[in-house]
Amino acid sequence: MTRVNLALLVLIGCVAALPWFGGAYALRLGTIACMYAILALSWNVVGGFAGYPSFATAAFFGFGAYATGVLLSDGLPLSLAIAATLTASLLLAVLLGVVLLRLRGHYFAIASLSLVEVLRELVNNATDLTGGGMGLNIPLASGSGILADATFFFFAMWGLLLATALMVIAVSSSKLGFGLACIRQNETAASMVGLNCTLYKSIAFGLSAGFVGAAGGLYAAWVHYIDPSDVFDILYSVKPIVMALMGGLGSPLGVVCGAFLYLGLEEVVWRNYIQIHSGVLGVLIVMLLLLLPHGLISLRPGMLRRKPKHV
Amino acid sequence: MSEILRLDAVSRHFGGLQALRGVTLGINKGEVLGLIGPNGAGKTTLVNTICGVTPANSGAVTFMGRDITRIKTYQAARLGLSRTFQIVQPFAEFTVLDNVAAAALFSQPGESLKSAREEARAHVAFVGLEAQAGKSAAALTLAMRKRLELAKALAMKPKLLFLDEVNAGLNSAEVERATRLIHQLAADGITVVMIEHLMKVVLNVCTRIAVLHNGQLIADGAPRAVISNPAVVDAYLGQQYAKRNARGD
Amino acid sequence: MLVAQVLVNALVLGCLYACIAIGFSLVWGVLNVINLIHGSFIVLGAYLAWGLYQSLAIPPWYALLVAAPLFFVFGYLLQRSLLNRVIAAPVLVTLTLTFGLDLILNNAMIYFFKADYRKLSLHPSMGSVSLFDVVVPVDRLIATASALALTGLLYLVLRRLRVGRAIVAVRLDRDAAVLMGVDVKSIYAIAFGFGAALAGCAGVLMALIFPISPLTSSTYLGKAFVVCVLGGLGSVSGALAGGLLLALVEGVGSTLIGPAHATTLSFALLIVFLIARPQGLLGRKGFE
Repeated sequence: MTRVNLALLVLIGCVAALPWFGGAYALRLGTIACMYAILALSWNVVGGFAGYPSFATAAFFGFGAYATGVLLSDGLPLSLAIAATLTASLLLAVLLGVVLLRLRGHYFAIASLSLVEVLRELVNNATDLTGGGMGLNIPLASGSGILADATFFFFAMWGLLLATALMVIAVSSSKLGFGLACIRQNETAASMVGLNCTLYKSIAFGLSAGFVGAAGGLYAAWVHYIDPSDVFDILYSVKPIVMALMGGLGSPLGVVCGAFLYLGLEEVVWRNYIQIHSGVLGVLIVMLLLLLPHGLISLRPGMLRRKPKHV
Repeated sequence: MSEILRLDAVSRHFGGLQALRGVTLGINKGEVLGLIGPNGAGKTTLVNTICGVTPANSGAVTFMGRDITRIKTYQAARLGLSRTFQIVQPFAEFTVLDNVAAAALFSQPGESLKSAREEARAHVAFVGLEAQAGKSAAALTLAMRKRLELAKALAMKPKLLFLDEVNAGLNSAEVERATRLIHQLAADGITVVMIEHLMKVVLNVCTRIAVLHNGQLIADGAPRAVISNPAVVDAYLGQQYAKRNARGD
Repeated sequence: MLVAQVLVNALVLGCLYACIAIGFSLVWGVLNVINLIHGSFIVLGAYLAWGLYQSLAIPPWYALLVAAPLFFVFGYLLQRSLLNRVIAAPVLVTLTLTFGLDLILNNAMIYFFKADYRKLSLHPSMGSVSLFDVVVPVDRLIATASALALTGLLYLVLRRLRVGRAIVAVRLDRDAAVLMGVDVKSIYAIAFGFGAALAGCAGVLMALIFPISPLTSSTYLGKAFVVCVLGGLGSVSGALAGGLLLALVEGVGSTLIGPAHATTLSFALLIVFLIARPQGLLGRKGFE
């Protein structure tokens, strides 16, 4: 295990201590922080490791939210619903990936973006199953009491984050991660040396969707009510990218730091400038891309920078 | 001698451009075949077609008895077909060692990253890049990058190796070195097909020459015979060369 | 006759779609930038038309003359100052950057104009014409005619004017254009300016027909996307082909399976084309 990955696990470990330091507000913030970190880490697998600019995160987030919502409404216990959602999201992504990952660059980006639109409309129209535009009410899944609820969901999301981080660490130090790095640098050369690029890309896409779907599912169980435009929001695709860019593309530790930092900024702006908060987000994005194109990680001392060889 | 690769009336077009017209060619195990011809004759296209980059529109390609006409690039690599690129294609962020390790890792089943890196050291040493093993591929000179290409191709343990203008852009010392490497490959039993413009190298190394012109195979045989062939002189070599050659220069 | 009405509607709508998409297509084709601000430009143009009519009683066809230069300058400056810096950056960066810029513009519009839907109603109302049971509102007819005129104008500029030829040259082969002495940086800015001007003018025309609100910008953007992928990038004929195809599919689809599915249908069509024929009906292959 490399030093950077160890640092990542330590950071996540520290986050677990949050409930001892704050009340309901801190727990809520912490839960969202973990959720954002899951989205960013997952996106990093297909966007950072493999180099495919996916805008599909929102599609799988929404899919996961509805999958869990429907399963919970049918009486399934939460853990089972989340497990099923993770598997379903992963499989859906692998299937879609075989088709979509043939595209490169802009075309892949648009296709993945369109996926969000298509899934949203499908859910919107499947009124019998999902409640359509009127939204879906999700039964309470855990014990009573606001704080107990909040604590439960914080640890659930935290646990999912830990699982995601372990997955990412496993990928980055495996043959899969090495292969994805080859694909990112030169896909033609990669297939020339015997790498089955379609297979590797599809697995990456699947892995990047599974935990996102599960996070969407937990989100749905947590907020108890979802509607299509709420969970199939393009921002759930763009924010993880901004977080990854902020923290340093490709580096899991950087990406998680980017996620936490982004959430902090978002909260500050939301509380103080609510009317123009999306404009401020826009300004943040523009400044980030023009001034710090390699993310925060480029500001750190050499030891934590991505070296030329495989992590 | 047994045939390792066979092309039967292979054709390939790109839109209106007919790049290969009914090429029929057999390559024998252990040969060093020189593939020559003017620019645009279809030499690189032929290699691309065999390796699955631009599959044939008609005709058949057989490798060691197996029909590989519709094969995918990565499958061709795993079967033992390996090639270098005219315009080198390294993994720019990786080190020299990891570049070669990648080739060893993905072309052989049952390799681990660790064992691939160990194997890679040997190939890196073979082409004389040990000193650069830890450097990023982007930092290499062109000549070194060509050697890296070769090391990668060798790491795939090929049965048939295509060298696409390995000598382009190299000075005479580097060309000598490359030639010696190719002699060594042939001695190790690897069948080699070289696309080459430097006739000196071709005559030095090749056991047989095939000439492509406008997508067609216009000559195929022993080196001396082919270069005196009037059709070849007309299409490619030119009268000056023929005269110099006849004089024995 | 229902069929005739559906076809005429598609024709009218198709030209409007083409007009929405042509600026977007130009920028994507020439600068290789997917301009996510495009939708907001259109909405801004619609607000301009609305504002000019409300306060100065200037009808939309004259508003076009105001919109075009204003938006051209806006676009030119935006490209020169900000977008030019990321012109060689990967897809991810340019998409995210224009997304950020769009957030700013959109938020500004919501802040100043509020999100309520406004309508530009002409006094006196222009009514509609009917021919053989086919009915077309006159304002749509005028908008369509103007849309065609705009696309025709762009076509002429690209064919006849020096700057237009330079733009086409950069689109076909950037490096060759540099060797021919074309100032590519300027061309990029001019092309982006044209794109913005066309978006603004499209917005003016949209104001005649559709309600105006910052919330509609993503709808326009979505349409522009689909038209470009269907028709092919960087060419006027591509935008027209794509626009007509989209309008036809939506029209027929609406009639057969209901209007609620029209958007899903268009995006599903987009994905099909991306997979099967990414260059679109009339585009060149290999254009990423």
